[in-house]
Amino acid sequence: MISRTKLGLPFILGAGVLLALVLPLLNAHGVVSDFTLNLWGKYLCYALLAISVDLLWGYTGLLSLGQALFFSLGGYMIGMHLMLMIGDLGVYAQAGKNPHGLPDFMIFLGHTFLPSFWRPFYSFAFSVFMVLALPGLLASIFGYLAFRSRIKGVYFSILTQALTYGAALMFFRNDLLMGGNNGFTDFKRILGHPILSTETQRGLFVATAVALTFVVLGCRWLSGTKFGLVQRAIRDGENRVLFSGYASAHYKLFVFVLSSVIAAIGGALYVPQVGIINPSEMTPDKSLEAVVWVAVGGRGTLIGPVIGAVSVNALKSWATRAFPDLWLIIIGVLFIVVVLFLPGGIVSIPGRLAAFWSRFRKPEPEEQALPETASRNASADPVSRTS
Amino acid sequence: MAKNLLLTVEDVSKTYDGFKAISDLTFYLFEGELRTVIGPNGAGKSTFFDLISGRAQPDRGKIMFGLEDDLTTMNEYEINRLGIGRKFQTPSVYGEHTVWDNLVLSLKGPRGVFSSLFRRLTSTDRDRIDEVLELIRLSGKRHWKAGQLAHGEKQWLEIGMLLAQEPKLLLVDEPAAGMTDEETHRTGELLLSLAGKHSLIVVEHDMTFVRQIARDGNVTVLHQGTVLCEGKFDAVQSNPKVREVYLGRGKSGR
Repeated sequence: MISRTKLGLPFILGAGVLLALVLPLLNAHGVVSDFTLNLWGKYLCYALLAISVDLLWGYTGLLSLGQALFFSLGGYMIGMHLMLMIGDLGVYAQAGKNPHGLPDFMIFLGHTFLPSFWRPFYSFAFSVFMVLALPGLLASIFGYLAFRSRIKGVYFSILTQALTYGAALMFFRNDLLMGGNNGFTDFKRILGHPILSTETQRGLFVATAVALTFVVLGCRWLSGTKFGLVQRAIRDGENRVLFSGYASAHYKLFVFVLSSVIAAIGGALYVPQVGIINPSEMTPDKSLEAVVWVAVGGRGTLIGPVIGAVSVNALKSWATRAFPDLWLIIIGVLFIVVVLFLPGGIVSIPGRLAAFWSRFRKPEPEEQALPETASRNASADPVSRTS
Repeated sequence: MAKNLLLTVEDVSKTYDGFKAISDLTFYLFEGELRTVIGPNGAGKSTFFDLISGRAQPDRGKIMFGLEDDLTTMNEYEINRLGIGRKFQTPSVYGEHTVWDNLVLSLKGPRGVFSSLFRRLTSTDRDRIDEVLELIRLSGKRHWKAGQLAHGEKQWLEIGMLLAQEPKLLLVDEPAAGMTDEETHRTGELLLSLAGKHSLIVVEHDMTFVRQIARDGNVTVLHQGTVLCEGKFDAVQSNPKVREVYLGRGKSGR
């Protein structure tokens, strides 16, 4: 089901250039609307989240049902900076009631001074550092404890789910001073530019496309190393890995931290483009949705999660407008259909069609394939070995 | 023969939920030896391997590798790194990896995360893999996915993976299971050719096969978690206690 065929470099770079250059240029010339560009920016952030799920689930066999937590944490870290950058444009500041430059929600809660843990977030560089550091640290601690205790399979999934649920409950509380259930919103500026302007949003889109391209390239490199071999070996036979001298827990921890950081980058790019982050992004259903994207796109492949994230969310954008009440049913049915009839996801369709076509054209009586071709074709479908 | 003691198992016991899987087992293995372990179902053969390879820890007793390494305090990968390789009863190969990659992963060498990121295969590594492929007769199928191999070939691949690790001691659990007679015989020849350079403990049910591989070495009979008797194949086979154990359970020694 899961093929080892590598995505060509030209393809990745071509797609990256198309996204990072062509779309924004078309936008600048009015061919692509601001709304569409912004929507695609959001999809690409989701694609980063999907890749993080796939690195764990598709490549290592660890089904994390809590990746949206790391996505949200990344968003929150950049959100803190954006809140502080509102400055004199805030509602209370405009009314002259905010001498210390607090985010509005704090004044609403009765605070007069900025809590000390907020202060470093005036620095953009520090905030970016925290986008990587906080999710990375949390993933290290959680992963260390989970993998050391050899928690795997459904138990790992449940724990990650519980982790994100617990975090959501924590962030819903006002006394965490992270905005409570409203979260952060109403941002005004990023790096001195008005955040809602077309140019800024276009810049954010380019940054997202570039980040996604680099992450895909990085994952492609990773899957070609011996690390990638070990990763997939853990998925297919962890016992053999352990009894071959590999500390599989170290490998799993590395993947978990790496994928959490990727998710966090997605979240940090998402928040300035969407303009809001609140704890509902951490609720378990968000992480489950990301798993559906990966399943639909094709797990264990590089491009599958990207295709899945974009297509399912495009479908969502349309369906929530056309059939607002049916959206959840649609995504549920989609998931079931994919699991039952297309376990390799969208990316497996061409291979399946080719296999079907070759069988249809020339029903060969006997299996006379060279070993090389056999192994290559069998990745798509065992039946196609005869071609 | 002044051979060195390689594995020392003394007064080892292991209980699972009140069931004594291993009780007061004592077992010695010398360097270069090929020892065959037989015994009826539930005699504790698999548990015995679990205890040596670190999958389980004994409740009491001593398990030493060489003179210095206490295996009861180590986990699976630490024990493997000492040079103990284990072949499972049902072939455990990486089905989605090619035969070649299966061997790459098994090749002796650093096992850390960072070396796995940056280390490349050297030409010596490639030669070594070719050598193993030749030995296990899978050279022509190096690009096949291991999952596509026949059952017997998977068994051989797993043995090859063990050899690629260049272990001092091989724990081999029912290598002939699911093989044709001819494959079984070839497996026996392979194991015999390894003895001397490596040390082996082979658990097996098939008595024809046991007769073949126990040609020079000793056979240990396990029964109810402890050693019933030990000796040459013929002596063991004619031992009345052994006959009773096998016949008593409705199994002839064939």
